[in-house]
Amino acid sequence: MNTTTLLLTALACGTTASSSAQVTVAPPLGAAPTLTIPTLQRAVLPNGLTLIVARNAEVPVVEGRLLIDGGARLAGVAPGLATFAASMLTEGAAGRNALQLAEDIAFLGASINAGAGWENITLSVRAPKRTFNDALGLAADVVLRPNFSSADVQRLRDLRLASFLQARDQPGAVAQRVFYRNVFPASHPLHFSTAGDSATTAPLDSATVRAFWRRAANPRRATLILSGDVTLVEARAWATAHFGGWRAPAAPALKPAARTVVAAPSRATRVILVDKPDAAQSVILIGAPGVAKSSPNYAALALMNTIMGGSFSSRLNDLLREQLGYSYGAGSSFAWEPVPGPFVASSQVRTNVTDSSLAVFFAQFNAMRNEHVSVDELDRGRNYLVLGALGDYETAGNVASAITQSIVFNEPLSAVVAELKAIGAVTATQVHSAARRHLDPSRLTVVVVGDIAKIRPGIEKLGLGPIEVQTY
Amino acid sequence: MLRRLLTATTALVVMGASAAGAQGIRVPATVDTLPNGLRIIVHEDQSAPIVSVNTWYHTGSGSEKPGRTGFAHLFEHLMFMGSENAPYPMFDRALESAGANNNGSTTEDRTNYYESGPVNALPLMLWLEADRMGWLLPTMDEAKVDAQRDIVKNERRQSYENQPYGMVGDVMPPLMYPPAHPYSWTVIGSMADLSAASLQDVKDFFRSYYAPNNAVIVIAGAVRRDSVLSLARAYFAAIPRGPAIERPEPTQPRLAADTLVTLEDRVQLPQLHYNWPSTRAWSDDDAALSVAAYMLTGAKNSRLTQRLVYIDQSAVFVSASPDHKKLAGEFGIVARARPGKALPELQRAIDDELRRFAESGPTDRELQQAQNSIEASFLRGIETVQGKADQLNQYVYEIGTPDGFQRDLDRFRAVTTADVQRVARQYLLGPRAIVSVVPMGKQELAAEPRSKGMTP
Repeated sequence: MNTTTLLLTALACGTTASSSAQVTVAPPLGAAPTLTIPTLQRAVLPNGLTLIVARNAEVPVVEGRLLIDGGARLAGVAPGLATFAASMLTEGAAGRNALQLAEDIAFLGASINAGAGWENITLSVRAPKRTFNDALGLAADVVLRPNFSSADVQRLRDLRLASFLQARDQPGAVAQRVFYRNVFPASHPLHFSTAGDSATTAPLDSATVRAFWRRAANPRRATLILSGDVTLVEARAWATAHFGGWRAPAAPALKPAARTVVAAPSRATRVILVDKPDAAQSVILIGAPGVAKSSPNYAALALMNTIMGGSFSSRLNDLLREQLGYSYGAGSSFAWEPVPGPFVASSQVRTNVTDSSLAVFFAQFNAMRNEHVSVDELDRGRNYLVLGALGDYETAGNVASAITQSIVFNEPLSAVVAELKAIGAVTATQVHSAARRHLDPSRLTVVVVGDIAKIRPGIEKLGLGPIEVQTY
Repeated sequence: MLRRLLTATTALVVMGASAAGAQGIRVPATVDTLPNGLRIIVHEDQSAPIVSVNTWYHTGSGSEKPGRTGFAHLFEHLMFMGSENAPYPMFDRALESAGANNNGSTTEDRTNYYESGPVNALPLMLWLEADRMGWLLPTMDEAKVDAQRDIVKNERRQSYENQPYGMVGDVMPPLMYPPAHPYSWTVIGSMADLSAASLQDVKDFFRSYYAPNNAVIVIAGAVRRDSVLSLARAYFAAIPRGPAIERPEPTQPRLAADTLVTLEDRVQLPQLHYNWPSTRAWSDDDAALSVAAYMLTGAKNSRLTQRLVYIDQSAVFVSASPDHKKLAGEFGIVARARPGKALPELQRAIDDELRRFAESGPTDRELQQAQNSIEASFLRGIETVQGKADQLNQYVYEIGTPDGFQRDLDRFRAVTTADVQRVARQYLLGPRAIVSVVPMGKQELAAEPRSKGMTP
């Protein structure tokens, strides 16, 4: 069908002659296929709702995403309210209670889920093609006519309060919350979980949720993505039938807070310990406020992170897992968002090597700043990111996610081509200077959840910075 | 955490939805067998420029010897430690350089390995698989065994010991199976047995089970069968056939009476586990049991979820999981109490609902909802080449033919309300293992031997 097939055939012919001998040399890779970005079609309904269609008829399924711009970032909203309202949407609508709604959805072979992140409130609806129109009708009920009954609000509120309680059982979840609340000050949105906390959840009631939703659900700030076995003509007819009557709120619409969130100040390196007596492992998170994806250093940092902790063969995993056997895995990441999220390196390590593991992390941060990465690491990291993107558009859900990202960053789907090209061109010098600029071992927050009595003496000896014990 | 995560067996995952309609679900695949017994299965899907190579060895923790629990999974880790012509750490690095991902997993019945990535990496993927299938031992040594032993122990700490409720996984198998049964120990194994594993064990296991006649490779993606077969012959033909493998016959133990175990853990909320012996995959009853599981907890309006989470509000969640393995099966229910609730209250509600379910059976509408959901979940399973490749391999192992999708779906469509009622009666009212996990020192929250009014 293309050059790939020709290449395989040629290779095969070359080897058939000696078909019963061991082949002792790895075959060459040959030319990589080219990345094809899905083609999108757009329409805007008279009420302002934007429609984006990506057709892929391979499997008779349609994947829909309704995005409402703002999410947990909607101005003046208490932490946790957007995610709570989203989770209430599927607890009953248009006169059906939660159980009846669930039955109707499942009967269509559909699934409808709602959630909220910092950027969007998202309603996902997935169904076989032949029932999708009906499923979209239920999705519209959920968005336009949610019940928000007092009994359901109370039930879900109690479950959410219970989930905060249970989070204490999970050392990874504890480390995460402690990390965010220390790295970002209370004036910063990332100080809070999108789920809020017990204090913000306890007073939630039906009136609060209803008032929020009335102002947040706005077709002018919404996009409906339909991906999969669907044409623009079908999409427009379905969207018009179910969402055509959606009107902008009469109450003053909520607008997303400006994205010019003040960058969190970085602080001198310190260590925060949370006690988990008798823990078999310590959970380690080390990080700082990172950078936004719009940073001119994005490509260099993405590659730097891949080499340091973003792939299996990265330095942190190779050392902490493969070479030293301290852990089952280690890694690092930047949260690539429109606003600066955190940089974080992490692992779960055996209790008695907690201090040694921390030393490995800091040695690797310093190595990134003090030496150039090798040509081999650079090539491998570039190829891993650039060629790995070839599988990014395989399913209707993959494509819907890619479109969502393009909306969040306000750029076309094809922007990824330039992004990958930039990553492919990053040099060792650029990786080095990006590390010097954005990875500063003297300004990191270290969180360790573990058995303090056993791990503290060793950590003190490292002299990383002041040690503080916190509870969660 | 990143990779080589241990995955539990979940036979056919059912919780999903209605729709292929009349056209049916087909995943066409060809089967060719090399002279050494290796089966090569090809599914051509030109929709994206990627390929997935999925290799199943028909061995898992069920093949382990006494005193060596966890060994099959430890061996899985060793398969990434380099082979004669692909010395460590070439396997991971070469694949990453090609933009590909890889991983492996071990269950009681099988061990799988896969690579997914750009289609031009296919020759590399197959060659790497061939080199470790044929020539793993020349470079294997004590140091590699020791290194991966430590990592697997870390995996056990992370996934079991440091996880709330994680130790239930250790406790359950010996409650469900007699000591000699291949499912009577965990896939992850015990720390002591992991410590005991030797280089000689590695060699013996490799020679017994890692042979072409005990493996099946599925290649799914933007490929052509002829080219794939040429590559496969070139790389795998020189690997000699291994000895014949004696396979245990399926045996489904039953429990004579309820067994009751209580564990204390550093948790906030108590959790109840019920587990019944059930039946193996593709027996007469496993499809009906999977439908029953959907009716109990597959949706918000399912019977147990409705009762415990919505009406009584005694649980934060309840979940039923049918697990139909090659030799035998289990049916589990897990429920976690809400703050302030004790497990006997959850127990009474579950027993009450199960009895009602078994006495009156499901309604036609419940059956239709379950079947529609299950049918839609089949569509989800055929969206990725990696998912298709693994499922084709599972069908080959379980029913001897790769494209079992439609046949599998037809079984679920054929289930009647009477079938569901019959299996509920037969399996879900009898003796079971009951495990309570309670906060430290809170034994009074634990389950009772058998709730009142419950008749086996």
